[in-house]
Amino acid sequence: MSRDYLFRRILIAIPSLLGISLVLFTVLALAPGDPFGELVTNPNVPAEIRLALRAKFGLDDPVWIRYVRWLNAMLQGDWGFSFTSRMDVDTLIMQRLPTTVAVIGAAQILAIVVAIPVGVLAATRPYSLFDQIANTLAFVGFSLPTFFTGLLLILVFSIQLDWLPFVYRTDIRASGWQWWWEHIRQSIMPVTVLGLFQGASLVRYVRSSVLDVIKLDYVTTARSKGIGEPKVVTRHVVRNALIPVVTLVALQMPVVFGGAIVTEQIFRIPGIGSLLISSILANDTPVVMGVTFVFACLVVLFNLIADILYGWLDPRITFR
Amino acid sequence: MTEALLEIKDLKTWFKTDDGMVRAVDGVSMTIARGETLAVVGESGCGKTVTARSVLKLIDMPPGRFEAGQIVWRGRDLIPLPAADMDKIRAREIAMVFQEPMTSLNPVYTVGDQIAESLRTHHGLSRKESIDGAVEMLKLVQIPNAERRVHDYPHQFSGGMRQRVVIAIALACKPQLLIADEPTTALDVTIQAQILELLGDMKAKFGMAIMLITHAMGVVAENAQRVVVMYAGKVVEEAPVEELFGNPRHPYTQGLIRSIPRVDARTRGHARLEQIPGTVPSLLNPPAGCRFANRCRFATDPCRDSEPPLRQVAPNHKVACIL
Ligand SMILES: Nc1ncnc2c1ncn2[C@@H]1O[C@H](COP(=O)(O)OP(=O)(O)OP(=O)(O)O)[C@@H](O)[C@H]1O
Ligand code: SF4
Ligand SMILES: [Mg+2]
Repeated sequence: MSRDYLFRRILIAIPSLLGISLVLFTVLALAPGDPFGELVTNPNVPAEIRLALRAKFGLDDPVWIRYVRWLNAMLQGDWGFSFTSRMDVDTLIMQRLPTTVAVIGAAQILAIVVAIPVGVLAATRPYSLFDQIANTLAFVGFSLPTFFTGLLLILVFSIQLDWLPFVYRTDIRASGWQWWWEHIRQSIMPVTVLGLFQGASLVRYVRSSVLDVIKLDYVTTARSKGIGEPKVVTRHVVRNALIPVVTLVALQMPVVFGGAIVTEQIFRIPGIGSLLISSILANDTPVVMGVTFVFACLVVLFNLIADILYGWLDPRITFR
Repeated sequence: MTEALLEIKDLKTWFKTDDGMVRAVDGVSMTIARGETLAVVGESGCGKTVTARSVLKLIDMPPGRFEAGQIVWRGRDLIPLPAADMDKIRAREIAMVFQEPMTSLNPVYTVGDQIAESLRTHHGLSRKESIDGAVEMLKLVQIPNAERRVHDYPHQFSGGMRQRVVIAIALACKPQLLIADEPTTALDVTIQAQILELLGDMKAKFGMAIMLITHAMGVVAENAQRVVVMYAGKVVEEAPVEELFGNPRHPYTQGLIRSIPRVDARTRGHARLEQIPGTVPSLLNPPAGCRFANRCRFATDPCRDSEPPLRQVAPNHKVACIL
């Protein structure tokens, strides 16, 4: 893979982010409700002051002027101020982002670690018992929404069995191993819920991709070399089969974040997903804008990673 | 005949499909002696590829299955052989060149890696040694700048060059038998001649036997010592090349020979390319009796009643026709 390819990919990411932020900004500007809404109904605030405040924050300027102003401030590291939490949006997001990234990251890793071997094994024994079980489970896992599996797990493991905590806490008062152990314990359920949901669709992608590749001519060539079936599969089938899967996974990232938002609500994880929900409910537009933009950046980042992986898996890419 | 290297005895390779059993190879026998070139000819769909892949057990099972017969390689039947033992024969003793050079190489590995892979597996070479071996093989199949090109990927090669790479892969472990399944069909006419010449050179160098599968009679005449003619999953005639061209006995073989474009005819302004009229019968429910009967101008009732057995008509010349 050439440095050129990477550079081009990063360059393409910049206009995408600008476009996304413009759309987000416009939609939020057009949406009903504004942060000073409560001032209107508050009799203690005189109308002049209200108007002065609106003018000061430029709330009545045309959308594009406000967008340019926002973008300018954003680039200088000023993400705005949360009227509800009384703190800077960037500080607020940075407090919560690590939790979300850790949960989503762990879930993705779980999904990949489970789905690739299962999908490959299922595809190499099509219609066997293993394949049928894997397929059925994948179908079930794919059909059950995360809020359902989440509540089910809470019901079983927290309420009935009382093995795992069902509220995620950041203020764990322990240190060293104890601290890690508590964190792992409270992450098990959310990570499982998200990971298996992701893994279920991944199994199906991997299986069908492997089935497509395994009947190609070069796999027969590989078999004719006498290198043994395990090597044929791992060296010649899996790598080629993963190429389209990488793209599909990247395209699925927004769905993953959607699932993460729901999961954070259920387990009350103080991540940016639950922050998004509460700020929407509170009409806290700067936070909504900030969090959505962070999600957009994450999607673009994962697409970038997918492109890099793609270029690494498929040498033909570099030369296009 | 000298010592038989490979003996296919009454092989039946069938495929179970939704429509029923496809009898792709239905009682085929042939032998190849050490160092000889045997051509296997026949129209598209007559079972040449299935026969060839059966030898290396590269048939997908299911849907395929060995219904009957033996594939005796140096005295040992391959059909019951466990996969691990089969892998020791592949590439090291029997290797294969495939029909379609554009798809028979893995796009994500360098050609060097793909040649080196069998060297590492069968000769236990280190990475460096095996890549050196790959360079040697690329030189042998006359790829210019072999040292540099060994690190190139398949898409950086033309069709003819890729087929040279495929041949290099096949010959890397110096097999005793090379099965070449229509190695030139997918290539330009000028390249075809070069690839056949290369195969000839390689044979002169390594002395391996070749099973040359083709549907072009012209290729047979120039490259093989003996010919097996297949029709609808069966062998219909088998003879040494001169005998077959001089005295073809089966009406189908006669038709194939007439279909060779003749240079003298072309110079007179119109090529006399005679096609055999009619179509190949279905392999799903092959007709009883001679499978060529519906296209044969000599067909009589006895032909349709019972299948004509392969019988000896001259030394080394067998034919499955009642005539
Ligand atoms: N996997 C399979 N499932 C079902 N039928 C098959 C399968 N593979 C081959 N066949 C059938 O076997 C018959 C013989 O095919 P084969 O590929 O051996 O022909 P061929 O002589 O090599 O033809 P060509 O010159 O086109 O390569 C065909 O009718 C084909 O439909
Ligand atoms: S057996 Fe009969 S039908 Fe078949 S090839 Fe001979 S003459 Fe023709
Ligand atoms: Mg074929």
